[in-house]
Amino acid sequence: MLEVNALRKSYGDIVAVDGVSLKAGKGETIGLLGPNGAGKTTTVSMIAGLLRPDSGEVLVDGRSLQGDTDPTKRNIGLVPQDIGLYGEISARENLHLFGALYGMDGPHRRRAIDAALDLVGLAERGKDKVNEFSGGMMRRLNLAAALLHDPQLLLLDEPTVGVDPQSRNAIFDNLETLKKRGKTLLYTTHYMEEAERLCDRMVIIDHGKVIADDTLQGLHRLLPVANILIVELEDSKKDLLRSEEVQALPGVQSVEMRGGTLSIGIRDLAADSPGVLQWLVEHGHPFQHFVSERASLETVFLTLTGRSLRD
Amino acid sequence: MLIPFLALTRKDLKLFFSDRRALLMSVAAPIAIASFFGYIFGGGAGSTETSRIPVMAVDQDGSKISREIASGLTADKSVEVKAASLEQAREAVRKGKATVAFVIPKDFGADAGRAFFNSAARKPEIGVLYDPSHGAEMSMVQGILTGHVMEAVSKEMFGGQTGRDTVRDTLAQLDQFGMPAEQKKSLRELLQGIEGLNAAQDASKGSAQDAPRVGLTLPYQVRSEAVTSGTGVRYNGYAHSFGGMGIQFILFVGIEVGVGLLMQRQMGVWRRLRAAPLSKGVLLGSRATSAAMTSMFVLMVIFGFARVVFGVRIQGSMAGFLGVCAAFSLMTAAWGLLIAALGKTPEATRGLSIVTTLLMVMLGGAWVPTFVFPLWLQKMTVVIPTRWAMDGLDATTWRGLGFSAAALPIALLSGCALVFGALAVMRFRWEVDG
Repeated sequence: MLEVNALRKSYGDIVAVDGVSLKAGKGETIGLLGPNGAGKTTTVSMIAGLLRPDSGEVLVDGRSLQGDTDPTKRNIGLVPQDIGLYGEISARENLHLFGALYGMDGPHRRRAIDAALDLVGLAERGKDKVNEFSGGMMRRLNLAAALLHDPQLLLLDEPTVGVDPQSRNAIFDNLETLKKRGKTLLYTTHYMEEAERLCDRMVIIDHGKVIADDTLQGLHRLLPVANILIVELEDSKKDLLRSEEVQALPGVQSVEMRGGTLSIGIRDLAADSPGVLQWLVEHGHPFQHFVSERASLETVFLTLTGRSLRD
Repeated sequence: MLIPFLALTRKDLKLFFSDRRALLMSVAAPIAIASFFGYIFGGGAGSTETSRIPVMAVDQDGSKISREIASGLTADKSVEVKAASLEQAREAVRKGKATVAFVIPKDFGADAGRAFFNSAARKPEIGVLYDPSHGAEMSMVQGILTGHVMEAVSKEMFGGQTGRDTVRDTLAQLDQFGMPAEQKKSLRELLQGIEGLNAAQDASKGSAQDAPRVGLTLPYQVRSEAVTSGTGVRYNGYAHSFGGMGIQFILFVGIEVGVGLLMQRQMGVWRRLRAAPLSKGVLLGSRATSAAMTSMFVLMVIFGFARVVFGVRIQGSMAGFLGVCAAFSLMTAAWGLLIAALGKTPEATRGLSIVTTLLMVMLGGAWVPTFVFPLWLQKMTVVIPTRWAMDGLDATTWRGLGFSAAALPIALLSGCALVFGALAVMRFRWEVDG
């Protein structure tokens, strides 16, 4: 559905996008991940035809965009990062406008508006002015406006920025529905948990370059540890523990001690963690409580770039 | 292509009319200012009395002639005269309470009488104190004063006691005058004739003091006629002021179009518009169309108000009037697009556009008619679109001229709209920022 080959865009001496390539099949959801300024929005802008690349090509359903009025644009729906709506008019009036931009008219447009409002749960608020909406409702309407013309490819540029968890979940539900309908989604975010929940494959981008392109499982394989056991030791005994002893235990891949907190990288959480915990108790290192964590995409990014995604 | 174009135009109109406060201001402000300008520039269908020029009179002579001058001025409808001492008069002019003060010095009457018949005699001076910020009024008061001085002095010279004494003294001293013999003979005959006239008046009326006497007066009267759309049709100053303010505020609409587009570029909605299969022509053309329509609407409301409240009529060609309004609305819309094309940030662009617009408005004669400008400036302003619009509106409103008088402004404004529009489309930054 989408094929991006060696896209490049620079502004003077600054290279915003440097040879980005990616593919998304029909019904696939691709996460485009990277910190702020990594080149995600510029990449999306070039895919949507808002920016002309210096070099490289974008193929949507096998065709490259030729000019502003290219009918191929009808296959693309863009959810911009900033709210792309007119606040002074109603939700329904906004959708009428955006539907008309794609040549939709009459009952066809009305039906599409009803369906889009229904999908995002705003059917009852269609006549209200957008300015009266909460941030989360605006985000949902922002999504609805991109769906009216029933595009096959949906470009979502950080569509959940600044929304409350409830609205974020509502948007995720909407996107999962779209995914089930066979839409191809390119989801741009710097929230790893969002990508983990939604995406079949992740393209990690940094400084305008793709540094990883794989499934979630594939990316996890890049990690030195898959699971982490975090144990909070009792203060009186913490200085007595030697990390080399823990490191020598079966299944332990890494050990890190910070204050009274012990972070232990474990190959197989279910098989190896009971032994580790038992050893701690038996060797006079009582603990107050422990938690386990799966290594996240955040850790993947940290491993690949040496810096945090939210930097 | 038509569906998106109409939808975008409809959206702009909806946004314009949905903001009631802004809508009210865009018509209320020009109406309020135009009403004020119209009033102070002789509006009210020419029926408003012009204010009288405040003048202080300092009479240090106290002679019959000086009193006659002061009373003549007091009766004049153009000035409002108050008697004062020299100090009071100077203070009043300095404080701006009087525009002009004139000072009739001691012995003015006697000296003026002598100088009246003898050009070689010393001419007395009338001092004039004036407010330098009212130079034009000073010249006007001087002219009025000259007329009253001539009348008062000649009146006294031809029959008054001072005149009789002066004639007698002049006849007695005539041989000592250094003038050619022929002229001296003529002057003697004139003075003797005046003495004879005085004697005849005394005989017929019994007393020279009671005889009705008149001095030299202006030997003509002025019959002025304001040339408007027709004979007897009074000039309505509101026609010009409403045209001027309409034009100014329509240009402000143009600024809003340009700055609005620049602001829109920074918002998500611009990305959404650009992502749709739309050409630059549709996107900018629809904005220009809606802006031209709102401009036309504002102009019609403004002139409608002027018609109902101040009796401003389209005395000339209605088609010409509508043509000028439509052409100017189009030009303004294109001007707005050009602002958006050339501007960098909304904030900087707004400031620069306001300055440019006010210059165009001022030089185009929207505030005051261009004939008050110096000649070189009048010639320069013929290249300014607001001047064409003002000329066209003046021609079709109070001048009552036909379509031919509006045709050139319409053509020039339309041409300007095309040039601005073409430049805007060429220079508009089409790609999104990043």
